[in-house]
Amino acid sequence: MAEKTFKVTSESGIHARPATTLVNQAGQFSSDITLDYNGKSVNLKSIMGVMSLGIQQGSSIVIKAEGSDADEAIAALENVMKKEGLGE
Amino acid sequence: MSEKISGIAASAGIAIAKAFVLQNPELKIERKSISDSASEIERFEAALKVSKEELSVIKEKANKELGEDKAAIFAAHLLVLSDPELVDAVKQKIENEKVNAEAAMDDVSSMFINMFESMDNEYMKERAADIRDVSKRVLAHLLNVTFTTPASITEEVVILAEDLTPSDTAQLNRNFVKGFATDIGGRTSHSAIMSRSMEIPAVVGTKTITENVENGVMVIIDGLDGHVIVNPTEDEIATYEEKQKQYQKQKAEWAKLVNEKTFSSDSVQVELAANIGTPADVKGVLENGAEGVGLYRTEFLYMGRDQLPTEEEQFKAYSEVLQKMEGKPVVIRTLDIGGDKELPYLNLPKELNPFLGFRAIRLCLEEQEIFRTQLRALLRASQYGNLKIMFPMIATLGEFRAAKGILLEEKEKLVSEGIEVSESIEVGIMVEIPSTAVMADTFAKEVDFFSIGTNDLIQYTMAADRMNEQVSYLYQPYNPAILRLVKMVIDAAHKEGKWAGMCGEMAGDPIAIPILLGLGLDEFSMSATSVLPARSQILSLSKEKISAHMDEILQMETMEDVVKFAEENF
Repeated sequence: MAEKTFKVTSESGIHARPATTLVNQAGQFSSDITLDYNGKSVNLKSIMGVMSLGIQQGSSIVIKAEGSDADEAIAALENVMKKEGLGE
Repeated sequence: MSEKISGIAASAGIAIAKAFVLQNPELKIERKSISDSASEIERFEAALKVSKEELSVIKEKANKELGEDKAAIFAAHLLVLSDPELVDAVKQKIENEKVNAEAAMDDVSSMFINMFESMDNEYMKERAADIRDVSKRVLAHLLNVTFTTPASITEEVVILAEDLTPSDTAQLNRNFVKGFATDIGGRTSHSAIMSRSMEIPAVVGTKTITENVENGVMVIIDGLDGHVIVNPTEDEIATYEEKQKQYQKQKAEWAKLVNEKTFSSDSVQVELAANIGTPADVKGVLENGAEGVGLYRTEFLYMGRDQLPTEEEQFKAYSEVLQKMEGKPVVIRTLDIGGDKELPYLNLPKELNPFLGFRAIRLCLEEQEIFRTQLRALLRASQYGNLKIMFPMIATLGEFRAAKGILLEEKEKLVSEGIEVSESIEVGIMVEIPSTAVMADTFAKEVDFFSIGTNDLIQYTMAADRMNEQVSYLYQPYNPAILRLVKMVIDAAHKEGKWAGMCGEMAGDPIAIPILLGLGLDEFSMSATSVLPARSQILSLSKEKISAHMDEILQMETMEDVVKFAEENF
């Protein structure tokens, strides 16, 4: 199992366009991947799950992956978070 | 028997083709118990697959024709169809509750729609509509109901619809769609503006066209006079084919004027410019022989997305337009949001009277970060062409001074950062509020130019909401009250050696053009496709002769008198 905590820096939080990229990336891996925010945990491969959280700027999120490609998944998602200017 | 339905002529030309009625199918979902859940799940997966294939095609098309930005919405739609929370929940429901796929899909998607709709955030509420769209597509496939989208058209048709949304127009195949007619809308509604920029004949606001016509019926769209002929006789088809030929011939005549300047018959020169919404529109501006851009509406940069455009994005758009216009004047209007144009992500409170509320320059002077970002992008772009900056909705001299002050501050900052900024940027205002028209003589001492925005000037002068059909009779461009205000603005500009333009619908209106020429208007900015007809018309007008009638016209009692006089004499 691998996990990483991010601070959301994007002005509008995590909204449609960047969320789409994030979910698309998560879908490339066989591991189970979750996103924890504000006491709730959703499947990061679910666009509706991620959007339903309404993640705001300045908040902290945890991405967890469990499975054979967990480490690669976390690395790739970290890359997306940075490239899309979502968080660090 | 043929039938004639009248509406508003939105885009010139004649189209004759079979009708394609664009309708949201009615989906009747029956809940059934099933025994073979495996085959039911298979049916569900098949419907998902077809839906995804359709959406991929739409996405590609939007990508190519409208850019990645506008195609992003379809990428999100596709993801909804792959969402495990949705797909697995439907499958489990079929499996555990032994219900049919339609009922399971409807239950699960309704659950998500309700969840998003109940969120306390406009943006999230809109996502409910996305989910509804996507679910409908899947349900339609499950029910074997034809889901008509413009993307599925593969033969020559005219489209009939209640209204066309931006995502509908995104999917129109220009090779097949010869024209369209809608139930609702006016000359300035989205579908009407799109039809003119796509240069396909269109009639809007027919009220009943979708009720009266079935798929496959022959239809004539007369975008010149605003009629739709349903089930035409052979004679009628021949007549309209002739009318179309005449129109083509006239267009060919107009085409000869593409590289000409615009002069009246007594050699008075005016400038004909075009209104644009995106850099992609510049192509049409040049092809139609406009001498400049008289209004670049920047709000489209801010719309159809979920956050503000960055300075870089804006700089790219503005400099692209300036470069492509190769030194011809480009008037860029700063953000005009509010009124009928909302930005959900700004989370502005709902207002009782949005047209009289917190919009355009009022918003920009308050939310200065948004304004300053735009001004910096404009200033940086200024060295790529002939930029003129225009502030919208100015009601008082104080507002103009404040806006110009912020502009100068940003300019100074850029210069001190070592960034080059043009020294010859003109700064002007839209005249669309009566107080500003009345005070034009005072404004003229400080602004570099005026551009009269007639759509709003008429609405505010007549106190008639232009979105309200019940008071649409008060939308009177030729009312002497409007003409007198226009004259005040033009005279005030000329007295101070400034220029006065017009960028509302009226500037391209064949009835208004002679009057505006007579009043001394310097610049006419209109839809690109109106430029050549206007140039051709002005060529045949004598400004001196028209000016001699001006006092008489301004003293007339009603709009009808003015129109009658103009039609008989000019």
